[in-house]
Amino acid sequence: MQISILRLGETYQSADLVELNDSLVTHTANPGLIRRDLLRIHESKAALDAIPAETLADYCEAAAELFMNADLPCGDSTQGPDDYVESLSALTRLPHTLVRMNMSKIHAAMSQIRTVIGGLTRGMPLEIFDRGITSVGGLDVNYYPATSSLGVSLPSNAPAVNSLWLPALVMKIPVLLKPGREDPFTPLRIVQAMIQAGFPKEAFGYYPTTHEGGDTLLTSCGAGISFGSDVTVKKYAPFKTIQVHGTGRSKILIGEDYIDRWEEFIDVLVTSVSANGGRSCINTSAILVPSHRDEIAEALAAKLAEIKPLARDDAKAILCGFANTALADGIDGMIEGFLEEKGARDVTAAHRDGDRKAEAFEQTYLCPTLIACDDKDHALANTEFMFPYASIVEMPQEEMLATIGETLVVSAFTENKDWIQELMLSPDIERLNIGPFPTNRVQWEQPHEGNLFEFLYRRRAIQGNLSTVG
Amino acid sequence: MSSSLTVDEAHAQVDSQTRELINWHFSPETGCPYWLDWAKSAGWDPREKVRCFADMLHFDNFDDEVLRKEDPAKFIPKAYEGRPYNVFETGGTTGMPKQRIGWEDYKTDYTEFSEHYGPDFFPQGANWLMVGPTGPRRLRMAIEHLANIRGGACYFIDLDPRWVKRLIGMGEMKMAKAYQEHVIDQAVTIIRHRDIKCIFTTPRLLESLSLRMSLADAGIRGVFAGGTTMTPQYVKFIQEEVLEGKINYAPTYGNTLMGLAISKKREAGEYSLTYYAPQPRAILRVVDPKDSTKVVDYGEYGRVELTTMTKEFFVPRFLERDEAIRRPECDEFPWDGVGDVRPFQSGTKAVIEGVY
Repeated sequence: MQISILRLGETYQSADLVELNDSLVTHTANPGLIRRDLLRIHESKAALDAIPAETLADYCEAAAELFMNADLPCGDSTQGPDDYVESLSALTRLPHTLVRMNMSKIHAAMSQIRTVIGGLTRGMPLEIFDRGITSVGGLDVNYYPATSSLGVSLPSNAPAVNSLWLPALVMKIPVLLKPGREDPFTPLRIVQAMIQAGFPKEAFGYYPTTHEGGDTLLTSCGAGISFGSDVTVKKYAPFKTIQVHGTGRSKILIGEDYIDRWEEFIDVLVTSVSANGGRSCINTSAILVPSHRDEIAEALAAKLAEIKPLARDDAKAILCGFANTALADGIDGMIEGFLEEKGARDVTAAHRDGDRKAEAFEQTYLCPTLIACDDKDHALANTEFMFPYASIVEMPQEEMLATIGETLVVSAFTENKDWIQELMLSPDIERLNIGPFPTNRVQWEQPHEGNLFEFLYRRRAIQGNLSTVG
Repeated sequence: MSSSLTVDEAHAQVDSQTRELINWHFSPETGCPYWLDWAKSAGWDPREKVRCFADMLHFDNFDDEVLRKEDPAKFIPKAYEGRPYNVFETGGTTGMPKQRIGWEDYKTDYTEFSEHYGPDFFPQGANWLMVGPTGPRRLRMAIEHLANIRGGACYFIDLDPRWVKRLIGMGEMKMAKAYQEHVIDQAVTIIRHRDIKCIFTTPRLLESLSLRMSLADAGIRGVFAGGTTMTPQYVKFIQEEVLEGKINYAPTYGNTLMGLAISKKREAGEYSLTYYAPQPRAILRVVDPKDSTKVVDYGEYGRVELTTMTKEFFVPRFLERDEAIRRPECDEFPWDGVGDVRPFQSGTKAVIEGVY
């Protein structure tokens, strides 16, 4: 199969090809193609502007079903949902179960697009994207698009993050995508579903490209979204128009009022650490407890150790293999290196059969790992890796908030009103779950990380004779 | 002008050049202090051991740090003593630059380049614009010579790659972009207000220029570009979109130590570039990165090794910071070519390239 470039909807064959496996070749866009296409982006914007946002939302809902069930164009071939699952699994080593789970998340984001956008705009009617003006609680509000394009540089390891950009199309902002090297399929399948459902094809750019091409995409579009590590965050920090979804370092904080009931919530901890193969930024990577650390650690480690490598197509598979075995070697080596420093113990080591790094089903796996840290400042206490990994640290409840640092998701197991108040006012928490909920819980009416609407639109003061606006 | 030699004749020519130039550079009557001193400390006389190009393997790979440390005057051949000379520096280096001296070599290289392309490719009598690193670079004088021998004048817009490199190093991407815009602004002004038909620039700057104006509509007839990697897709993009399929395009590979290697003619729809060194003055080999005495097989990537042998300058077996595919001779050049050149190990590590 050959996957070409989509230049604002038009197929383009590159002379630079990347062979991803024996049967798959992607065409690489040089950065100049992206810059040149952006000269015509006003045509893409006009095509979206010509369609009412309500209609675009209808298209998005229809696209959800096409994405989930239809045979869709994929390069020089077509791809059904089962082909998509196997192809993506083969490249990324995500088991079929997780690919399907990610598909479901994307489907949900598309089929509930009105809820998603309502959550982002705090309930404004979709006409805001047609007219720029609407009434909220009797007050006239005027929003205008801050950009005519959104560039997104996608990762390979998390198909569901594609749900973050797709509301932009209903908001009438054309999207230029750089797929992750090992996941050329997901964004393309979404794009093809949206085009088949009625979106104008010129609203989409799809550019498998180099790192330089990714930089070009992010810095040349009026708004950009990227995913990556702390290094990526630092790299794009000077660019106010680029939003980086970096390391999540999501955490569970168990309050003093809940700690004696820890056994009731052990499965929530397991889910939080291991769901989606532990690859998401919303997976728990640290658990802070005021007491009972060792008991909780042993019980959680025993449960995590039950998660074993299974074949990619096994219906019970949770763990992902590593397409890049050197990455698995590096992570394993890093953890072992840090364990040589005092104050940290791999609690799971005594519960699992064999080493953390396992070879099975012709793949390399990293088995779930729970590290008990005596010191909150230990190198393994507040980090995250691309597999089910977490630390557990004991500290007084009143010290927890000052310890967490920037955290994507906090699940606070508590009903302590004073502490909840402090949590709600903390600038370090992006998403807060109150109660014993897993960190990977998603409610579509709540924004994920950053608010796409506020990123793409600006509010303008408007006054005077607004009756003439109609 | 294509070579009229056969493959065997080209081999013989290089062997003959090797004997002549080794004798020149290692004879006290004609050689330079650097190489004469080197021979004394090396304990062997190249004039005895090096009788053909294959014998160049008696030399180790040249350490280009020498070109930073040594006074360039140590490279003046005895036969050139007393003649004024040019000091040229390499492109984007920060810190102490690498330097080489020269007299007429650049004129020889660019006269040959001019003859290769004939009168129409770059219209005879046309004025040129060079947009790129000028300053202490061989290229700046070479392009002016090229314009002059074709009957035209040359305008210059300078770009300082060392400053761009520093800006990128400081994370000042926006400032780097602003500087590039400043350069392009000046180039656009010259093209609009003077009769320019030919351009030399880097591929990236060429693309930036074309985002501002149709170069074809502006009257540009020929473009000569070099300085950074050009993948097949990059070539396709430049020809079809930047130059709109209406402007002659001559991609080249070159540097201060070698001169310039011309790319062979391509069929329609062929975008992969193969460059041929200006033999016998310079010889490029594609060698095994782990054992630079061995060339790789045709069609394989290896590291580019340069040997320069003119009366003005001698550099044996210098390993370039590039890798390329070893390609066979072609109709125009009866010796090995280097294809799809890219930064060395760019497939395995991040390389900052194409700062301009």
